[in-house]
Amino acid sequence: MAMRQADDRLPSWQAMDSGRLLLLAAVGMMVVAAVAHTAAARLTGPQTAIAFGSVIAIGELLRLAQPGGREAAPIATAAALAYALLLRVGELPAGQPIPRVSALQVITVTAVGMTVGALPHIAAGRPAGLTGMATRLVAVACVAFAFRPIAGTDIISGPGHWWIAFMVMTALVIVGWLAEALIGALIRADDLGARFSVALWDEMRTQLPLGAAVGVSAMMITFAAEVMGLAELAVFLGPLLATQVAFRRYSGIQATYLQTVRALARVTEVGGYVESGHSRRVSRLAVAVGRELGLAEPDLLHLEYAALMHDIGQLALPDPIPGGATVLVSKEDQRRIAELGADVISKAGVLDRVAELVRCQSWPSRGDPEPPVGSRIIRAVNAFDDLVGGSTDRDRSAAALERLRLDTAVEYDPGVVEALSEVAGKRLASRLE
Amino acid sequence: MGRVSRAAWIYIAAVVIAAASVVAPRLSGRPMNAGWWMALGVLMLLFLICDSTPTPLAARQSAWSPSSSATLAAVVLLGPVGAALVGAVSVLSLRRKLLLAERVFNAGNFAVSGFAAGETFVALGGRIGLPKPDDFPAIVWPFAAAAAAHVFVNLGLMWGVLQLTRREGPLPRRVQLESSVPLLLASDLGYAALGLVIAALWTVMGPFAAALVLVPLFVARWAMGQFAEQQRAYAATMAALCQAVETKDFYTRGHSERVSRGAGMIAQQIGMRADRAEAIKYAGMLHDVGKLGVPTKVLQKTGPLTEEEFAAIQLHPMRGLEIVREIGFLNEALAGIMHHHEKIDGTGYPMGFAGDEIPEFARIIAVADAFDSMTSTRSYRAARRMSEAIDELRKGAGTQFDPALVEAFIAALHRDGWRLPERAQAPDDRQTVTAQDHDDPTAPLRVIESY
Repeated sequence: MAMRQADDRLPSWQAMDSGRLLLLAAVGMMVVAAVAHTAAARLTGPQTAIAFGSVIAIGELLRLAQPGGREAAPIATAAALAYALLLRVGELPAGQPIPRVSALQVITVTAVGMTVGALPHIAAGRPAGLTGMATRLVAVACVAFAFRPIAGTDIISGPGHWWIAFMVMTALVIVGWLAEALIGALIRADDLGARFSVALWDEMRTQLPLGAAVGVSAMMITFAAEVMGLAELAVFLGPLLATQVAFRRYSGIQATYLQTVRALARVTEVGGYVESGHSRRVSRLAVAVGRELGLAEPDLLHLEYAALMHDIGQLALPDPIPGGATVLVSKEDQRRIAELGADVISKAGVLDRVAELVRCQSWPSRGDPEPPVGSRIIRAVNAFDDLVGGSTDRDRSAAALERLRLDTAVEYDPGVVEALSEVAGKRLASRLE
Repeated sequence: MGRVSRAAWIYIAAVVIAAASVVAPRLSGRPMNAGWWMALGVLMLLFLICDSTPTPLAARQSAWSPSSSATLAAVVLLGPVGAALVGAVSVLSLRRKLLLAERVFNAGNFAVSGFAAGETFVALGGRIGLPKPDDFPAIVWPFAAAAAAHVFVNLGLMWGVLQLTRREGPLPRRVQLESSVPLLLASDLGYAALGLVIAALWTVMGPFAAALVLVPLFVARWAMGQFAEQQRAYAATMAALCQAVETKDFYTRGHSERVSRGAGMIAQQIGMRADRAEAIKYAGMLHDVGKLGVPTKVLQKTGPLTEEEFAAIQLHPMRGLEIVREIGFLNEALAGIMHHHEKIDGTGYPMGFAGDEIPEFARIIAVADAFDSMTSTRSYRAARRMSEAIDELRKGAGTQFDPALVEAFIAALHRDGWRLPERAQAPDDRQTVTAQDHDDPTAPLRVIESY
């Protein structure tokens, strides 16, 4: 999502930060060198190259949106890794040496396949996804550079040595996967202002199931090609597609879920209980503060839900609070609203942690027992938004922060308030630019 | 499957006897050496692992498991008898909640369809045994035919047993099965292709091929499982939020949930596609969300409403639309929410649409909405009996309601019954009481006429 946001604001290359630009430049240079080399040395095994290139293109066409705004192309990655790991296609006539496909040819075929697959996306007006493609290409290149030189050796491809090849391939696929996660985390940390260690951990956790499926599929393609020849790619497309459909539905429902909670959280606004836009502003700011404080992605998701629904308890009040600002009502009322809201949410039976965050939002942050960090964030951000609203006035924001700081002895968590001040400062700065 | 009738038992017995009679005579005549039996054991294990952990599909009644890839690998590696034996192991499935009849039937069904696939493979010139590079690509065609035979025999026998059992249970399972057939068919054929890959990998790495295949299969299963779990969580969250909206009004508590159920019943009765039937349940659930935008004092007013107040009530479908508009998947449901107070004769609100101009979703919700309003207690009257409410619906058919949908709803009521809301006692505080129900067709809102 964040990547797309960046794309939306400034469509040209100027939108890219230096890290992303560096990645694209490096990968671009690598591709140019690979294409030049392959053109000079001629394509080894053109049929195989075209077959794998086509599957990579199809895979790139069928990209998969993943939770957290990530994008993957599992079929393309599996095919490209398989091409990098390929030992032989079908049985070779006796005495003929195994054709040596160079790592640079693997990169060329992958890059061309990806580009062809990305063209329809560009034609349809969707983002080209250059960063994602570059990241995937780096992973493939890691595997190719490490494996191509040893692919023809007797230890790897001698008869009966499949298990040695298998171990080496597994290790390399893991290395490639780590490289992809590393770059992905660097870019996300840069985009979202998250801590790198947290971003890396999130990246590895979200990419693990798909990465395992892709890696094992790549090895299966490689080994099956020895027996089945190129017919295998056509056969294999079936199960790969079925797996991708499963993933697509999973990511789809997650997106819908968040959308629905966002929409329904607005009932408090339509009902006149809170100022228009309040829930959404609080949720955005709360997530930004949570990220600043180094919360991991699942916690951020809970925080987002809780922040969106933090005022839902007000629905039980017969009449709206004037102006909807809960910071101005009595402590008892605040607590009652929080309790009622938590009751509503816990009725769903699946969002118990979210209900807990909503329940504890009315507790003093430095009281005993100490509320969870999510609740402390919502408490401070809610108060901030009640005081500032949608205003972008720097003085008003500073005054509100000052008021929160005065209360850090009991009411608000000083760490949260400092993070909030940091995030609010950045937002004002980016708006002024 | 519910309780199993004699006819169903006879059918199941016939399937099992057919399976046994084709397998038993061939068990001895073939070169079944130790390697053959070991491969059989590994594939049986693969089948069991896949079959014991099926993934529920969107419709909760059907489950999906990639076990057919094991059967089809057996077709290539072991031949028809091996495939039948691999399928028969389904009787040992570790799935809980399986009735004996279901186990026996599944085993017979998978054995027969495995055998049919094997015979198809052989008949079209497929060579049984470890595939060699020279076998490709010729082997692909007999294998594809075998996969198709497996899927069709399997689903055909399944269809037969469902025909025999569907009359007994109250659940019209047939409807749900048919709705997910294309999905089942596609994923079955997709994973059947994996059978050939397993066979080819077996040539390179032996039984380890089966272990390797499990990784992507389980990842796919994990994703499907997550999807089903999220979907349940989603429905529960939606229901909880709708309840929150209703807390404002004592008498209409549970209304959304019941309208959702009623709309779902109508959708099922008129044979609506499964995904649309799912969407209309959400539309029914959310149809009155916009009422939150109507000031409480208007909802609680006992006397005639001023034009302005009436306008505020007439606006609630639009308010509802405003709230749920951003929920992407709800497209058709949005129209249902916005137009659920239109009348067939064109006198409804907010647009005054008539007849077919009113979206189908809205016409369905209108019927369920009015019915639930009439059968619930209101501050100005007790709940009406169901028969009275049905008469009122019939009276309004053609002017307020779509006659075909009214009849469909009445038929569905006779079939499935209706759980009436609990008799509501008037609450002590008068703060949460609606004085006039805008949904009640027997007590139209009183509006002060202005001249």
